[in-house]
Amino acid sequence: MTAPKGRAADWTEERQERGTSDLRDEGRRQGKREWGGGWGPGGAREQSSAHPLAGTGTLAKLALRRDRIFLVIWVYALVGSLASTTYSYHHLFTAAGERASLAHSILANPSFLALSGPVYGDSLGALIVWKAGLFIAVGAGLLGIFAVIRHTRADEEAGRLELVGATVVGRFAALAAALAVTIGACLVVGLLLAVVQIAFRLPAAGSLALGAATALAGCMFAGVAAVTAQLTESARTARGMAISVLGLAYLLRAVGDPAPALSWLSWVSPLGWIERVQPYDGPRWWLLLVCAAVTVALAAAAAVLAGRRDLGAGLVPARPGRPDAAGWLRSPLTLAWRLQRGGLAGWMLAFALSAAVLGAAAKGIGATLNSSPQARTDILRAGGHTGLVDAYLAIEFALLSVMAAAFGVATVLRLHADEAEGRAEAMLAGPVSRIRWAAAEVVWAMGGIALLMALAGVCSGLGYGARTGAIGPEVARQLAAALAQVPAAWVLAGLAVALVGLAPRVTVAAAWTVLAVVALVDLLGRSLGLSQWVLDLTPFAHVPALPGGTFTATPLIWLTVVAAGLAVAGLAAFRRRDLT
Amino acid sequence: MSAVIEVTGLRKAFGRTQALDGLELHVAPGEVHGFLGPNGAGKTTTIRVLLGLIRADGGTARLLGADPWHEAVSLHRRLAYVPGDVTLWPNLSGGEVIDLLAKLRGGVDEKRKAVLLEKFELDPTKKSRAYSKGNRQKVALIAALSAGSELLILDEPTAGLDPLMEAAFRECVEEERRDGRTVLLSSHILSEVEALCDRVTIIRAGRTVDSGALADLRHLSRTSVRAELARPPAGLDQLPGLHDLDIEGTRVSCQADNSALDELLKRLTDAGVRSLVSQPPTLEELFLRHYTDATS
Repeated sequence: MTAPKGRAADWTEERQERGTSDLRDEGRRQGKREWGGGWGPGGAREQSSAHPLAGTGTLAKLALRRDRIFLVIWVYALVGSLASTTYSYHHLFTAAGERASLAHSILANPSFLALSGPVYGDSLGALIVWKAGLFIAVGAGLLGIFAVIRHTRADEEAGRLELVGATVVGRFAALAAALAVTIGACLVVGLLLAVVQIAFRLPAAGSLALGAATALAGCMFAGVAAVTAQLTESARTARGMAISVLGLAYLLRAVGDPAPALSWLSWVSPLGWIERVQPYDGPRWWLLLVCAAVTVALAAAAAVLAGRRDLGAGLVPARPGRPDAAGWLRSPLTLAWRLQRGGLAGWMLAFALSAAVLGAAAKGIGATLNSSPQARTDILRAGGHTGLVDAYLAIEFALLSVMAAAFGVATVLRLHADEAEGRAEAMLAGPVSRIRWAAAEVVWAMGGIALLMALAGVCSGLGYGARTGAIGPEVARQLAAALAQVPAAWVLAGLAVALVGLAPRVTVAAAWTVLAVVALVDLLGRSLGLSQWVLDLTPFAHVPALPGGTFTATPLIWLTVVAAGLAVAGLAAFRRRDLT
Repeated sequence: MSAVIEVTGLRKAFGRTQALDGLELHVAPGEVHGFLGPNGAGKTTTIRVLLGLIRADGGTARLLGADPWHEAVSLHRRLAYVPGDVTLWPNLSGGEVIDLLAKLRGGVDEKRKAVLLEKFELDPTKKSRAYSKGNRQKVALIAALSAGSELLILDEPTAGLDPLMEAAFRECVEEERRDGRTVLLSSHILSEVEALCDRVTIIRAGRTVDSGALADLRHLSRTSVRAELARPPAGLDQLPGLHDLDIEGTRVSCQADNSALDELLKRLTDAGVRSLVSQPPTLEELFLRHYTDATS
């Protein structure tokens, strides 16, 4: 998940000088006039330079200047994805009967409920919210996390805040500016979402509720990131912690939504609250107040924590390291292990937990449904699976394999970060060939994907088997289903290797964009009514429908060959080109 | 014995910028060679070509008799490198980085490492994230100096060091020279180059503008002379080879080409010398002359 940062850092660096000189000018003027921004000190009599929020306005302007591309892309992506969903649903579901039947089949399908949450009616608005609402909320949450970490801990780690902190800025100015800009961006997203929905002639109140809920999802996770940014010295860790909270929130409601007995889990999750605002079906406005209160509480907590620590330090103090290297730390491969073992452990924990919980929740899914036989056959035919449980498990593994691919891409992109930040030079000036150096990360990326999916299969099998009583066969069956996804995830990691070698300038943006598009098409393409040839473009489309379906090895072999081909092409190109 | 570094007519362009434009660099075995040039002259680019990190567009570069691009791995076993801007793995301790880099070359010389840690006063247990620029530089220096390689390539290695540490660094380079190792030292700090280097190469805008033993280079340069005389001197302004001549009554100051020194001194003694100060050119003057001449 560092990848977006890597690229962003490139252009921030280049503007750093300019930004800070602006800041100094502002600082000089500051003695004479009061701050214009909403975060300036309230009373005019107070000397602003003594105020802990002094300089917030300038820092916020600096953040906006640095983020003018980053924010526009996020806002466009979030608003655009809702607009396209609304547009297509407007044309797809004109008859009330069709909408009712869709709503019915959604409620009958646990995998739909786990993935996108419940549907609260059969109006057009309700269906659109079901289709896109949760995903946009997750997107807004990621926006909040990335933007806040970028302007707090990442700047602090890079030393930029030190430069700024030496000018006339208050202790909390950086945090306040980051939150102000991020919350502002979330509110803009929310407003635009409401405008888009109203423009499509959806009820105004519901549209406003949807916009507000999405904005508040972003704000809450901005608050989470503001807290995690205070905890560790590393921006990477802080970002990872905040994303874990987001992932946990998604997981809790993924378990709670399809299982009425566990629905309290959805009420624990902030994303569950966002779903339960149910914008077009008698909005629960009070839930928005809860979200706003949580945001304020998190921001206050972050401020308290920030007040208790030194600049550059985390609340968790850094421990001294080893005076010498462990005996095994002697090659690029072991270095990659040394650098990644902590992160990999986190990924493994997340996978084990998610898979066990989702697997356990699969039991009883069929029993709690009052689906008509017709709906049942429809679902089964669409997924090619033999039972509702299998269809649900297949969605679980599809989701986890996209996550595993994200792990692979992030690992491969370390090559790019090492090259851009000069660490590659330290290795390659030693007796280490480029292939040996680059292959180390590729091995961990590919191996990590396989490991994570194997873990997912085993844990899901254990979770489900423990409740049905047939642990052995379940573990074997689900392990096979999980591992079948591995070659498809390898293709995406292989593509990232190819990009590192062939297109060093656009590596990061291209790799994540491809992953995001593949995830969207893979998880939502079928219900968006995309044509088959588009669906076939993603590697995951070629994975045999397991568990339950028939296993064929041919596509898996092909996917592996494609992945290997991409990786080899990338490594060969990397060996030939100049180091940047 | 053949040259350790043999670069002729080296060319490298980045887009429309011509970074190297026919650069020459010759380093003999066992010498400490100063590599001088203003920012952006192409010092680091040359070093990156020598390390096989980038490929030259034209010309030849030989390192220890081999091609630095194709033989990168086997060459790197025989050299150690300190970059100008050291970036380390933030969550590895300094000690871990030093050991890792040493082990990649074959093994750690624990005794030498301990001596160097002491000498540079580095705490190896700190995480790289927490090191200052100077301390990161020390990590890279200790890793390179403990390697015992036959060639050291140092790219502005003392940029972040305090004067005490600079002195420690000079001692280490002297030791390397005594052990018969070759050092390529790219630097801005002229006093350092002057103190350490046998020969220097001065480059500008990707071209070599001067190269040779420090003594020879000085020979080509001027001596600054200041004298106080008994009588106002006669005929100095007609003398060829004098520059910046300034006569104020009985005080004279000027820069003299070495070819004009003899004649100058004769005329000064004719006027009766009360005091005389003559200074050999410092490297700084040499350096400034090359750049101001070339830019004007």
